[in-house]
Amino acid sequence: MSAVEERIVELTGDVDSGQLLEVSMGPHHPSTHGVFRMNVELEGERVMKLKPVFGYLHRNHEKIAENGSYLAAMPFTDRLDYMCSMTNNWAYALSVEKLAGIAVPERAEYVRVIVAELTRLQNHVSLIGFLMQDMGASGTPLMYAFREREKILDLFEQLSGTRMMCNYMRFGGVRVDPTPEWLAEAEALVGRFPAFLDEFEQLLRENEILMSRTQGVGVLPRELAVNAGVTGPMLRASGVNYDIRKVDAYGIYDRFQFRVPLGEHGDVYDRYMIRMLEMRESVKILEQALREIPEGPAMDPKARLRGLRPKAGEAYGRIESPKGELGFFLISNGTPEPYRYRVRPPSMINLTVLEDMCLGRSVADIVVTLGSVDIILGEVDR
Amino acid sequence: MSAETINTEKVKAAIEAAVRGCRVEILPNGSPSGQHSLILDNEHAVEAALFLRDNPELRLDYCSDVAGVDWLDKEVTEKVKVWKLVDGAEKEVEETRKSVTPGYLEAVYHLFSMEKKHGPVVLRLRTQDRGEGARVPSLTPVWRSAEFQEREAFDLYGIVFEGHPDLRRILMWDELKDHPMRKDYVAPPDEDEPAGAVAQEGGR
Repeated sequence: MSAVEERIVELTGDVDSGQLLEVSMGPHHPSTHGVFRMNVELEGERVMKLKPVFGYLHRNHEKIAENGSYLAAMPFTDRLDYMCSMTNNWAYALSVEKLAGIAVPERAEYVRVIVAELTRLQNHVSLIGFLMQDMGASGTPLMYAFREREKILDLFEQLSGTRMMCNYMRFGGVRVDPTPEWLAEAEALVGRFPAFLDEFEQLLRENEILMSRTQGVGVLPRELAVNAGVTGPMLRASGVNYDIRKVDAYGIYDRFQFRVPLGEHGDVYDRYMIRMLEMRESVKILEQALREIPEGPAMDPKARLRGLRPKAGEAYGRIESPKGELGFFLISNGTPEPYRYRVRPPSMINLTVLEDMCLGRSVADIVVTLGSVDIILGEVDR
Repeated sequence: MSAETINTEKVKAAIEAAVRGCRVEILPNGSPSGQHSLILDNEHAVEAALFLRDNPELRLDYCSDVAGVDWLDKEVTEKVKVWKLVDGAEKEVEETRKSVTPGYLEAVYHLFSMEKKHGPVVLRLRTQDRGEGARVPSLTPVWRSAEFQEREAFDLYGIVFEGHPDLRRILMWDELKDHPMRKDYVAPPDEDEPAGAVAQEGGR
């Protein structure tokens, strides 16, 4: 380094010494995926401090649920992670089933797996689209993703009457039995999906901009990920083999053959790649489930929905939602309303490490890192 | 069906053996889920939590869920037979006595192990009373995942977590005095509505 350059560095140091620039990113920043704010302190372009601020969408979901019957909370769970109402329904139904000891018929278990894996497909594909949008790939990848997502939402609409707020599951089964035509359509969609994934991957995988913007960015070390309770694709991108579909084998997941993709570096690129690979595994699960689905009732005929009064006790049920571990903690005191209704929101807890991932990086990297966390404010704020 | 469940009795014994003077109580759970919980005394809670995290057999390295719970004062009425002087003669008379069990706030932790793939172990910490500044020790120094969740319990229930590095409100605004998830919380009337409109409807 020449003497002149050294002096320039010195001079800038003098001018800015000890001065941090406070920037409030959000709540209406296009990259925050909703009303979410980050209080960032910068030294030049470097992030020295970052505090997430949320709660703009808070409606005290838990209190509303505690004031109504068990069944009345089911449609409200749709609004938590509004991209994935099916998995929200499942987590809640699973917890109530644990609390009250309700059995689920075979066919319903299969239908649950099918809709949950379809949900995972459309969540991951849109997340990747959004992530590309955050990186400045305006339009094309997101539109490709939304085209596929729309097909899955059409299936949900045929099944439950609604595209996004499905309100589909019940304690002891599912609300509507899918028709043979619906299953055939789902099978056709699943059959076409790998071709789309090939196309999408070819478009993105070795894209130079994607690689340079994401590799080595937002690195989350393995130990921190475990200690901070990070779950879902983000945890697995850091190399921790923990998928609740395998660990708990809730529902009938132990019957399907699928692998758990693991990352190595824990950076944004790995998080993108894990989601790509998870979609391939979801397709495998869907193929098996659609092939093996048995005939029978889709709802336990003896299950009580209205006036359900579990005896006093508590239960924590959890599933692997597309964003991570979605859990419901319920306490019953023998009345028709839950005494305590608690949601364990994966996307809020995954935000705990946002500061750690962004420290020392530039502002542009915050946008990409946040995009790779996959948050939905309906779930973060509840 | 679920991950390998852990025997609560064994965990209790292990904590009591490892952490001197720690009082652990098992709270049985009547539901079919069979998730019994351990009530730790506040003095030794952090030490016990560290033991649970680092013990090579348990390795509960992952704290999944932190939930606040509000238990109101309970009024217990019991009928007692008492001997009393009535009209000069001693007679057995039935009397009703009321006693109040004071309420408390509770923080419930669900622990799992990512390494051993077992769980859950349910921990409960209880405050002395329901007053302002009711406190329990914070477990955020042990499990970072409790950071936002303890802040939420502080915000919505008013449980003060001692030792939390950054205890601020998280969902509600800073100026709010109340804790809306408490069972006796009464929502203020809407500003647009005339006073009393809420009460007349008898709504919640």
